[in-house]
Amino acid sequence: MRAGVVKPRWRIRKPSVLPGFGLTLGFTLTYLTLIVFIPLSGLAWHSADLGWDAFWSLALAPRTVQALRISFGAALVAAVVNAVFGAAVAWVLVRYRFPGRRLLDAAVDLPFALPTAVAGISLAALYAPNGWIGQPLADLGVRIAYTPAGIIVALVFVGLPFVVRTVQPVLQDLDREVEEAAATLGAGRARTVRSVILPALAPALLTGFTLAFARGVGEYGSVIFIAGNIPFVSEIAPLLIVIRLEEFNTAAATAIGAVMLMLSFALLLVINMIQGWNRARFGHG
Amino acid sequence: MARGTRDWRRSPVGEPALARGVLIGVVLLFLALFLLLPLVAVFAEAFRLGPAAWIAAVTEPDALAALRLTLLVAVIAVPLNLVFGVAAAWAIAKFEFRGKAVLITLIDLPFSVSPVISGLVYVLLFGGGGLLGPWLKGHGIEILFAVPGIVLATLFVTLPFVARELIPLMQDQGTADEEAALSLGASGWHTFRTVTLPNIRWGLLYGVLLCNARAMGEFGAVSVVSGHIRGLTNTVPLHVEILYNEYNFPAAFAVASLLAVLALVTLVLKTALEARLGHGTPSRAGP
Repeated sequence: MRAGVVKPRWRIRKPSVLPGFGLTLGFTLTYLTLIVFIPLSGLAWHSADLGWDAFWSLALAPRTVQALRISFGAALVAAVVNAVFGAAVAWVLVRYRFPGRRLLDAAVDLPFALPTAVAGISLAALYAPNGWIGQPLADLGVRIAYTPAGIIVALVFVGLPFVVRTVQPVLQDLDREVEEAAATLGAGRARTVRSVILPALAPALLTGFTLAFARGVGEYGSVIFIAGNIPFVSEIAPLLIVIRLEEFNTAAATAIGAVMLMLSFALLLVINMIQGWNRARFGHG
Repeated sequence: MARGTRDWRRSPVGEPALARGVLIGVVLLFLALFLLLPLVAVFAEAFRLGPAAWIAAVTEPDALAALRLTLLVAVIAVPLNLVFGVAAAWAIAKFEFRGKAVLITLIDLPFSVSPVISGLVYVLLFGGGGLLGPWLKGHGIEILFAVPGIVLATLFVTLPFVARELIPLMQDQGTADEEAALSLGASGWHTFRTVTLPNIRWGLLYGVLLCNARAMGEFGAVSVVSGHIRGLTNTVPLHVEILYNEYNFPAAFAVASLLAVLALVTLVLKTALEARLGHGTPSRAGP
């Protein structure tokens, strides 16, 4: 684009010989608008329609705040559990060879493939006081089903693949020479893991943690069967939306939905920032 | 996606055998507890009363109606999102334009929205107090608590699957093949069908597979818009919930076992497709 050539103009797209740009982009935008934007903007419109005071009095009602606290709290605990065990699973799958490894690798995606309602009733049956896991725990005086602990169990199940699948590729691409260099310089294995491997994994681990957390906050199907759904104790925010809708209290459902959505978008922003930082630092996402 | 092909076993840089054994043991125990046991429990509970009870539960009229509805919803929603995914990937991967990153983020949006909210937005749009509700009622069109609402909610939650699989794949493949075909005089459509489509077929199938699994298994979003009318607006996951809430556990697990089989078939096909696709890892962080 030197002088004498056509002056660079601002344009929507670079020229290309391939056809179909207008058609496919037009279809994409129309479809997205109809299926996603119009319905989602309806939520914003209904929220605005409530007015500032009414919106916040609904959003900050004690039962709502408690439900949000339970959803976010349980999702946070489950994401921490998943970050620890997910990293361990990824490590074992990438670094070690043992019989059944490939089967295990495929099985990690089970929570993605198994419908949430099926996972929900299965976990509830397992952890109920007369269930396979619930029975021995009940003898020890521990209750999981129908308590907040049940919510965490369900969210650990749902969130596990997110951490494993974000950490795994980074671990695979990790340059082994760096570890060898650390060992040559006299670092013990524990020291190498702590100061060489973990820092390299940290961004992926954080991304997986955030994805698992975001999923946990909105999760419904796998949670409601095991949670017991006691208001102020084990009632999650998505369930409260459903309850309000069944009471024809659309305004309250709207307010809870809008608050959840705002918090989720804030999370999405964080994910993108982490990934941007990750790319800038390591050259991969 | 370069794959580390070195053999880690012969590494002088490794953990002591004891640490290695303990770590493998902990991971196996964790996965057995959280993945294997829930799956086994579904089938154990499903066949608790024997095969005859299982057959009775899955061939009962309401269960069959739920199966039919679930298949119908998938048959409508999956092809629509397939066409969307291909169109979006063509525009995004084959052309350079402004706002591309934003568009990709927007396509992923349904994954970051709670399923219940995905249903809620359609209730707000089509419900009695909604924007279109009164007009639809005046014209006798039923969307909410009817099949169209279920299809729309399913479209919403499964929208990203095909697109997010195809976009990186087609970006990696570039445009050289298509340009060659066009320069040889092939038409745009002909180029797409004979050059692009064969290149992306495994990725396309992969996206469709995941899209279908979610479409048939979706619970939260569909639950909000369905109205739970037995035999009419109940999908298979909703039927499981109803049976479970009626304390009819054997029947609930029998119907649930059908969905568990679907999940297993999906996992097997997915693993087979990943070998074809040469994925470095089984899947990118998914839905």
